[in-house]
Amino acid sequence: MEFQFAYFVDQLINGVTLGSIYGLIAIGYTMVYGIIGMINFAHGEIFMIGTFLTVIFFMLIIGTITFFPLAVLIVLLMSVLLTSVYGWTLERVAYRPLRGSPRLAALITAIGMSIFLQNYVQLLQGARNKPLTGILEGKDDILRVKYDLINTLNAAGQPYLVTISNLQLLIIILTVVVMVVFSQIISRTALGRSQRACEQDRSMAALLGINVDKTISMTFVMGAALAAVASLMFMMHVSTTDFFVGFLIGVKAFTAAVLGGIGSMPGAMLGGMIIGLVETFFGAYFNQEYKDVATFTLLVLVLIFRPTGILGKPDIEKV
Amino acid sequence: MSGTSATMLELRGVETFYGRIQALRGIDIDVNHGEIVTLIGANGAGKSTTLMTICGNPRAATGKIVLDGEDITRMATHEIIRLGVAQSPEGRRIFPRMTVRENLMLGATTGDPANFDEDLERMFELFPRLRERADQRGGTLSGGEQQMLAIARALMCRPRLLLLDEPSLGLAPMVVKQIFDVIRQINQEGMTIFLVEQNAYHALRLAHRGYVMATGNILMSGTGQELLANPEVRAAYLEGGH
Ligand SMILES: Nc1ncnc2c1ncn2[C@@H]1O[C@H](COP(=O)(O)OP(=O)(O)O)[C@@H](O)[C@H]1O
Ligand SMILES: [Mg+2]
Repeated sequence: MEFQFAYFVDQLINGVTLGSIYGLIAIGYTMVYGIIGMINFAHGEIFMIGTFLTVIFFMLIIGTITFFPLAVLIVLLMSVLLTSVYGWTLERVAYRPLRGSPRLAALITAIGMSIFLQNYVQLLQGARNKPLTGILEGKDDILRVKYDLINTLNAAGQPYLVTISNLQLLIIILTVVVMVVFSQIISRTALGRSQRACEQDRSMAALLGINVDKTISMTFVMGAALAAVASLMFMMHVSTTDFFVGFLIGVKAFTAAVLGGIGSMPGAMLGGMIIGLVETFFGAYFNQEYKDVATFTLLVLVLIFRPTGILGKPDIEKV
Repeated sequence: MSGTSATMLELRGVETFYGRIQALRGIDIDVNHGEIVTLIGANGAGKSTTLMTICGNPRAATGKIVLDGEDITRMATHEIIRLGVAQSPEGRRIFPRMTVRENLMLGATTGDPANFDEDLERMFELFPRLRERADQRGGTLSGGEQQMLAIARALMCRPRLLLLDEPSLGLAPMVVKQIFDVIRQINQEGMTIFLVEQNAYHALRLAHRGYVMATGNILMSGTGQELLANPEVRAAYLEGGH
């Protein structure tokens, strides 16, 4: 009984950690969909670029900045900045010229950009895995520090210890902080109001003097910034990346956005959490190999029984 | 008052198309500083297109639109608005999932933030209903309240030129009167207003001058009194009550 509970808590921590990463990426899909009604299939690649930038920046500064938390902060800021530039450029170069053309054209372009970015990174960085472990070389020990939560015995009578690590705490706390800051931006700032206005009635927003193109650009920048935060977490968690890493994670984050209700920010975070938890629990209790199948089965079920997602609103409210 | 000429807004030979459909067929309109000018005409005449073309969406295909001496024909919508043009558009187009206050904040996008509190208070005085509804979502308002909000939202940036598209449409006579009283009041305080109406009787009584439009052309113009007295206008737009 006690062990069952301990095992559950252990998986819960893993699931929430993973869900945080998915949720942060899912917000990028949902925000872009909300404002221009397009699935930005290249968003997974923006995340992938974030993972590479994380590795590159760690490589550049880890020799000089010996205080590890400061190094993480600097890498985070630089990676957020540069990944945002990629997000901005993607919209500017590939999507803006197509504004007003049929949806299919934008969709094909998005898939094209996704493939282009994969090849671009493959060409620049090679096709092999890029590990972060060698670069950090134990300098990140502080992240592995663990706190005991539950100390019990498993079924075979051996000790079973549930812990939470500094890394897991960092991921969860950073996600909460980022989420709070973002929802404040959306609900209280002029930029957030402009974004919501553009979502609800773009030409009316322009009629009030809002620069719609700039607002859309900022939405891509914000989505990319969140993906960059997620990629730093991912790299410290999983430690390795390659040019194709954005595909599966992108699909899962997109699933999270749809599950939560595409267009809804809290929905994206909730969807991310659910996907992270379902994947972790399915792997832990049933079958590790088939955890992705569980995730996508869930998506299909939601689409059948609640097509607007969990927190999505039916479109009838639109005027 | 800016500019040396009396004309604030000048349309010359403006033609506008929706794809291949021509909605404006070369129209000339002047709006002078301090005036209420009205544009009347039947449904489909091109009145809303005129107001939207002034705001650059859709853009005029040919002709010229000048605001206080500045050619705005080729400008982007948000740039035209920044020059001090505000519109309460056809259908009101309130943001339904935002509160009344947020809608008003959006109206103040191009305004001076220092004026915001004062202007908000002023709107609540002009339209006391909006104060009661301040934290309600736009989508929950009645038609009359939405119209008040649309006008208040347009006023929040302290425009030099206010464009109003059928503010009386679908409203009860009491509410129409209230809204027309406000239009008269803000005009007396100096606001230049270009008013599109199907309710020709009320509009012509309120306006200094008017234009009559049909199928994308300006048929006639004159003072409000002249047009009210004109037999053709009476026959086409006023007979059968108002
Ligand atoms: N978005 C549009 N696309 C195509 N045609 C339009 C559009 N808006 C208006 N029209 C056409 O342009 C003409 C003028 O319309 P409009 O300016 O709305 O007239 P009014 O405001 O006087 O009723 C009408 O024939 C109308 O069908
Ligand atoms: Mg109209």
